[in-house]
Amino acid sequence: MLITCPYCGPRDVIEFTYQGDGNRERPDPASQNFEAWNAYVYDRLNPAGDHNEIWQHSGGCRTHLKVVRNTLTHEISSVAFMRGDHGRGDHGSAARRKAEDKS
Amino acid sequence: MAEYSAFSLLANALKGNKDWKPAWRKPDPKASYDVIIIGGGGHGLATAYYLAKEHGITNVAVVEKGWLGSGNVGRNTTAVRSNYLLPANTRFYEHSMKLWENLSHELNYNVMFSQRGCLNLAHTPAQFDDYARRGNAMRHLGVDAELMTPAEIKRLIPALDISHSARFPVVGGLMQRRAGTARHDAVAWGYARGADRRGVDIIENCEVTGFLRDGDRISGVATSRGDIRARKVAVAVAGSTGRVMQMAGIETMPIESHVLQAFVTESLKPFIDTVVTFGMGHFYMSQSDKGGLIYGGDIDGYNSYAQRGNLPVVDEVMSEMLALFPGLARVRMLRSWGGVCDMSMDGSPIITTGPLPGMYLNCGWCYGGFKATPASGWCFAWTIAKDQPHDLNAPFTLDRFHRGLVIDDKGQGANPRLH
Repeated sequence: MLITCPYCGPRDVIEFTYQGDGNRERPDPASQNFEAWNAYVYDRLNPAGDHNEIWQHSGGCRTHLKVVRNTLTHEISSVAFMRGDHGRGDHGSAARRKAEDKS
Repeated sequence: MAEYSAFSLLANALKGNKDWKPAWRKPDPKASYDVIIIGGGGHGLATAYYLAKEHGITNVAVVEKGWLGSGNVGRNTTAVRSNYLLPANTRFYEHSMKLWENLSHELNYNVMFSQRGCLNLAHTPAQFDDYARRGNAMRHLGVDAELMTPAEIKRLIPALDISHSARFPVVGGLMQRRAGTARHDAVAWGYARGADRRGVDIIENCEVTGFLRDGDRISGVATSRGDIRARKVAVAVAGSTGRVMQMAGIETMPIESHVLQAFVTESLKPFIDTVVTFGMGHFYMSQSDKGGLIYGGDIDGYNSYAQRGNLPVVDEVMSEMLALFPGLARVRMLRSWGGVCDMSMDGSPIITTGPLPGMYLNCGWCYGGFKATPASGWCFAWTIAKDQPHDLNAPFTLDRFHRGLVIDDKGQGANPRLH
């Protein structure tokens, strides 16, 4: 299984750490809604087919990735950065521009 | 019931083995039954057997989407043990062990149950202390357990590297002598025949495509071979639990499906006559009567319904094998395969009434379902027949997660890929 990291390109799955189901939504940390917390911790959609999941490129650039992977075929249809801005692909150029402005 | 005896074997051999009856019929589904069991694996077949034998409920159908025993009952590494820490698990698996000890006689079918022992190796003093604690917990509940020294372990398993220069030196081990292995296919076939002879219909190639409802109540199943009605519908589908429950309108479960790989080598002369597990990684190995070493390790660690895994786990398992047995470096691996495991959120199973009226649920076996087969069927049959759990499976509810009553033997938390 290869995962195409937006930074590093296609890499073997051994470089990545699975961080689990990406469908879950963490309640507000101040929330006292026990049902919502229980659902967040314990309940899973567990689909047979496309699955939203979180992987970290722990043996590479260490970014967290949003991956859509088919649980029946292991085929990966989409990989994006967890943090929205990074997903647009201009993160590197924006950082460079900032550095150029300072100089 | 004694269809197989020395006399019948001899008589059939003299007649050229032409007169054996098939071990189970191939009936067409009837319009309705008292109980439908979804899933013709070990647990479903054992449930049907004990429903008929212990509770006199024989108007039962087992519906199986593939062929009988095509799932995890034929894919596991055949180890049977009851060396758990927490009382709920220990009592349940020890009940299973007692059923295993008489299973070949019970079924008049040789399941080749061999109590060759199961040894957990400890590689640090802290781990050895932890095993002492677990051994004491087991003995407290009447289960056999003993600590072994490296010298005793070396006598038992001469091929094991216990030297100080080993990658992870062995400091001791926890042995359960009554543990062992069984022939997994024979378990499925034995239960199937026992259930069939008592009137249970085993319907293969019959995939459930939906549930029939009578108001709120589940009243049967829609299948690829037509609708079948039943007063009670029991689900025992292991790795497919999520898919089947979604057909019933239950979107989420405290379950993730993961793939576990297993391996077998070419046949060797007698090499190891016990089941051994590695304490510094996840690895276990035994030798089949045919001579192949049967071994496996961790689940691949990501959600999967694919019944096949990836190379990193293969590499890891082989490395662990060689850390323990350097002498196996040249042995060739013959086959590998994968099975889909229903990993629960606390590593313990679910055997319960519900969650919908008319429905009964058996799942969450993680990768330890084979050893549970007799007790799982026994307890599930009780639960279906009496509409309430037996004391042994009363802790294994579905709502225990939301009520804070988890049974987490390993203390890993709600992280199924680590159980």
